[in-house]
Amino acid sequence: MVLKRHVLFLKTGVWILGLTPLGWAVYRFFLGDGFGANPIAELQLWGGLTSLTTLLCAVGVTPVRRLTGWNGLQKARRLIGLFAFFYVTLHFLIWIGVDQFFAWEYIVEDIAERPYILIGFSAFMLLIPLAITSTRGWIRRLGRNWVRLHRLVYVAALFGIIHYYWVTKADDRWPTFALIVWAVAMALRTAWWLRRLRSVTRARGAAAGAAA
Amino acid sequence: MLIRKRRVGEGDILSSEITPYELYLDRRRFIAQGAAVGAVVLPSTLAGRVPGALYTQQVEEPTPYEDITTYNNFYEFGSQKGDPARYSGDFKPLPWSVVVDGECDNPGTLALEDLLQGHEVVERTYRLRCVEAWSMVIPWRGVRLRDVLLRAQPNSDARFVEMTTVLRPSEMPGQRHPMLPWPYVEGLRMDEAFNDLTLLATGIYGKDLLNQNGAPLRLVVPWKYGFKSVKSIVRIRFTREMPLNTWQEMAPHEYGFYANVNPDVDHPRWSQARERRIGEFRRRMTLAFNGYAEQVAHMYRGMDLTRWY
Repeated sequence: MVLKRHVLFLKTGVWILGLTPLGWAVYRFFLGDGFGANPIAELQLWGGLTSLTTLLCAVGVTPVRRLTGWNGLQKARRLIGLFAFFYVTLHFLIWIGVDQFFAWEYIVEDIAERPYILIGFSAFMLLIPLAITSTRGWIRRLGRNWVRLHRLVYVAALFGIIHYYWVTKADDRWPTFALIVWAVAMALRTAWWLRRLRSVTRARGAAAGAAA
Repeated sequence: MLIRKRRVGEGDILSSEITPYELYLDRRRFIAQGAAVGAVVLPSTLAGRVPGALYTQQVEEPTPYEDITTYNNFYEFGSQKGDPARYSGDFKPLPWSVVVDGECDNPGTLALEDLLQGHEVVERTYRLRCVEAWSMVIPWRGVRLRDVLLRAQPNSDARFVEMTTVLRPSEMPGQRHPMLPWPYVEGLRMDEAFNDLTLLATGIYGKDLLNQNGAPLRLVVPWKYGFKSVKSIVRIRFTREMPLNTWQEMAPHEYGFYANVNPDVDHPRWSQARERRIGEFRRRMTLAFNGYAEQVAHMYRGMDLTRWY
């Protein structure tokens, strides 16, 4: 019972935090500066930054859980991931429907010829199967493969960071910060994986020694 | 005539004080409409030959002052569009002086008043096209760069003009980070610098330049991408060699020396075929030389513009 209440609090918190960027954007649009002189570009910037931040939060769940021992956090991972997918989708739809205003020939040309758009688009494509297979049914059906499939979130986040680097002209402090966050999460994962691998090997060796 | 002696309390009357802003804008619109009629009545070839070609310059609606002064690329104050308006409060554009040197017979360090004194003050409404594919229409006030350069008496070795932005990290927070190799440097070929369209601007909408727009003195070259129009100039130097402009130094295959607006030559990372005019929803097609081909295209005849981007 106590555990369940914790989960409820956690998920409520994630919902509130997850909807905050959207709420802030709506507020800014109607009551703030209306996204300034070039609202479409500014809206795209907001969408991109929110997408990447949320995606990095999703990537960070497991490392934070293991470092802090706060295992309950795992219950929020799917919701955070789905928020990331929601903002990436929004970012993509604003590009198609508002920025390009459905100018399909330019959209196709951009995806084909502009590396930064291609890589951002690829990140979005990678996230689609992850969002689809986020349901309980799919988790059961895919078994161990589900975990493998969902490691793609690291690739998608990295693509998002490269996309950010490639739209940036000179001041790459923010994309670099994102890259550091990603690299730390990745390094921790790798370290843990190596340690487990070694302990498994040692256990096997010990077992073999005992048998002999 | 002094055009830079406008401090509050000096008793000077600003044109913006005599004419309310709305009427001032209406006057422009009236001129614009008259000019549009003129452009229709006159044979277009004749219109194109008139110096400054006011006909093409005045027909478009200027971008609101609010937008011009809040949406800026001026990395000296930060790399986000709102940063220059937000973080330029400490910058002191007065007093100001400009070093004029290099290949010329009359070099010197001039107070801004002396640099501008005696030159005809012109008001021109130009399109400004950023390399990031957005654009504005800006009613500038200033003097012709040509007039300023002539007074320095460039010699026969002067083939280019290099212009440098002030270096003041204490007043310009963006300069405290090495995102660009400060100070910012730009340059023009002599014929470009002497073109009638090329201005040293001191004001927008009849008011002195605000810090975020490059106070107190900036370049305006409307047929080139905005980054060529170097702001807050403290040095004008005549050179034999082509100056290495900052963005070219930063990324040579993305930014060249010429940087003429050209819808047919894409930036390596994005298309230059279309642009978003600030205040408009749909993108519009970008014009060759930003619509000033009649006044400037002759300078680049025979040049491969995909090579000299």
